[in-house]
Amino acid sequence: MSARFRRYILTKLVWYLVALLAAVSLNFFLPRVIPGNPVDTIMAHFLQSGGQGAAAGKMYQAFIAQFGLERPLWGQFLTYLGDIAHGSLGQSFSLFPAHVTTLIGQAAPWTIALQLPAILIGWILGNLLGALAAFKRGAFDRNLFVTALAFSSIPYYALAIVLLYVFAVVLPIFPASGGYAFGTIPNLSWSFIFDALSHYLLPFLSLVVIAIGGQAVGMRSMAIYELGSDYVNYATSLGVSDRRVLGYVFRNAMLPQITGLALSLGTLVGGALITEIVFSYPGVGTLLFNAINANDYPLIQGITLIIIVAVLLANFLVDMAYGYIDPRIRAARSGER
Amino acid sequence: MLVRVRFLRTAIHSGRFNTSLVLVVLVVLFALLGPVIVGHDPNAVVGSMNASPASHPPLGTDNFGRDELTLLMYGTRTSLEIGAIAGLVAVLIGVVVGTLAGFYGGVVEEALMGATNVLITIPAIVVLILLSVALGSRSAVTMGLIIGVTSWPWTARAVAAQTSSLRTREHIDIARLSGASGFGIIVRDVIPYILSYLGMAFTLQLATAVLTEAALSLLGLGPTNTISLGILLQWSLLWEAVRQGVWWTFIPPTFFLSVVSFGLLLLNSSLDEIYNPRLQGGGGSGA
Repeated sequence: MSARFRRYILTKLVWYLVALLAAVSLNFFLPRVIPGNPVDTIMAHFLQSGGQGAAAGKMYQAFIAQFGLERPLWGQFLTYLGDIAHGSLGQSFSLFPAHVTTLIGQAAPWTIALQLPAILIGWILGNLLGALAAFKRGAFDRNLFVTALAFSSIPYYALAIVLLYVFAVVLPIFPASGGYAFGTIPNLSWSFIFDALSHYLLPFLSLVVIAIGGQAVGMRSMAIYELGSDYVNYATSLGVSDRRVLGYVFRNAMLPQITGLALSLGTLVGGALITEIVFSYPGVGTLLFNAINANDYPLIQGITLIIIVAVLLANFLVDMAYGYIDPRIRAARSGER
Repeated sequence: MLVRVRFLRTAIHSGRFNTSLVLVVLVVLFALLGPVIVGHDPNAVVGSMNASPASHPPLGTDNFGRDELTLLMYGTRTSLEIGAIAGLVAVLIGVVVGTLAGFYGGVVEEALMGATNVLITIPAIVVLILLSVALGSRSAVTMGLIIGVTSWPWTARAVAAQTSSLRTREHIDIARLSGASGFGIIVRDVIPYILSYLGMAFTLQLATAVLTEAALSLLGLGPTNTISLGILLQWSLLWEAVRQGVWWTFIPPTFFLSVVSFGLLLLNSSLDEIYNPRLQGGGGSGA
């Protein structure tokens, strides 16, 4: 059994390595398939904004040399892979000479602090509500379903914009932008923590409400599906108590929901990009927005790489957990294939 | 025929189906007929800067004094256009990959589904960001194409599952015995059976694509030289309309995005409920 499980893990691992390689290749080649190179774009911007010709020529040479753009594409790609393996994502164009890893390292804690609690709380509350709706049915279910569907289908940034407008502009209860008051330096004093929390609440709310809606809709339809299945009918006809049947139903309906949780954890970095832009929150989303506006290719590619790695890692963990929890998958995958 | 009659009967009695259909039809009419009725350039300056709806009815003007209602009509039209192109492209690729994999099975299935699974795990937004950055200027059609090209794997996976369960049906065996080619069987005997699912997949892809366009626009990677709902939102963030309280420039596009998305998802889930009687009595969510 454990040898089978090991084979399952190994097969999965190979698949994810293939996916990672595909993603890294896309990350490297996509910006380069278009004629011209990033340095051309930067130089065009530099000249447009009044840069000098002679200085531009020198900058051009320096950039070309630094990014190894004079070498063939394959050589560049291998260097790129080597750099990634060494944990280096290069230097930013717009915030030169800052390293991409440093910039992402500064922004990521803000994003994670925003997303992690929103995902976890949204998951727990959403699942409880969804299961309750499936069990109770009737008016409670109908109202909850439509409300949950409405919240899960509203784009998350739309709710962010509305919350920002209502609770920071119309009723100026919360600050309208940033992660902390302008001009202060992050520290561990009570006044700073309180200030950071007041900046935190609106973006957090805009994320958690959407998460609750999405999870509730998913859990509800899973639980309804399970409640109508043959084993439930059989158990009920045998006179098994409701409580025990519900226990089975909940356990079976939870399985895909655990996947859902892990997959949302994968969107930890990339799932709230626009919330941060709306609130000018100092996380990865705002960093990406600035990088896009400045045509900062190394920074853009660094951020997209981090997003990819987070998603792949979460998917891999889901598959591991699944193989472990669900014996059907374990048997099917390692048995015949 | 009988199926269709039953479908219509269930549909008419489903309040959710009617509501969502009305919502979607209203938005589409607004986007298609609005610009025709108004009949002037959305970029024309018609009033003072940021005029409120009270002084410039019905929806005021934006930062440049352009009529907000006209912008909204053209914006909704572009957004739906992008969504429809993306939805068509995604469903088309999904059907080709899914039916080939599901029908032929074996090595073909392993290869196609392997590639699909690899693509599913790579977040679409990343590929979209990279593609958009690479394409310096993006028309509405280009936006639709790149969104479609990145969103087909889920449809392909579902179509493959349905096709492979159809493969063992008798009518397919008969078609095969009568000497029909694989391609002919797929077109005549497989696709008609999954048409209802394809319709649902299209509504879902359309809704997602409209939201994706808006997300890309807010990142600064929206369509160039055109007006979409996302571009309208991006402008209002760019010009600090939210913090200045100029609500008429961002609440309407936000509302329209939500209505498009909510209406289409509700339509999808009510269709799911109609085709899938097990979910009836409360509703269900689309796959």
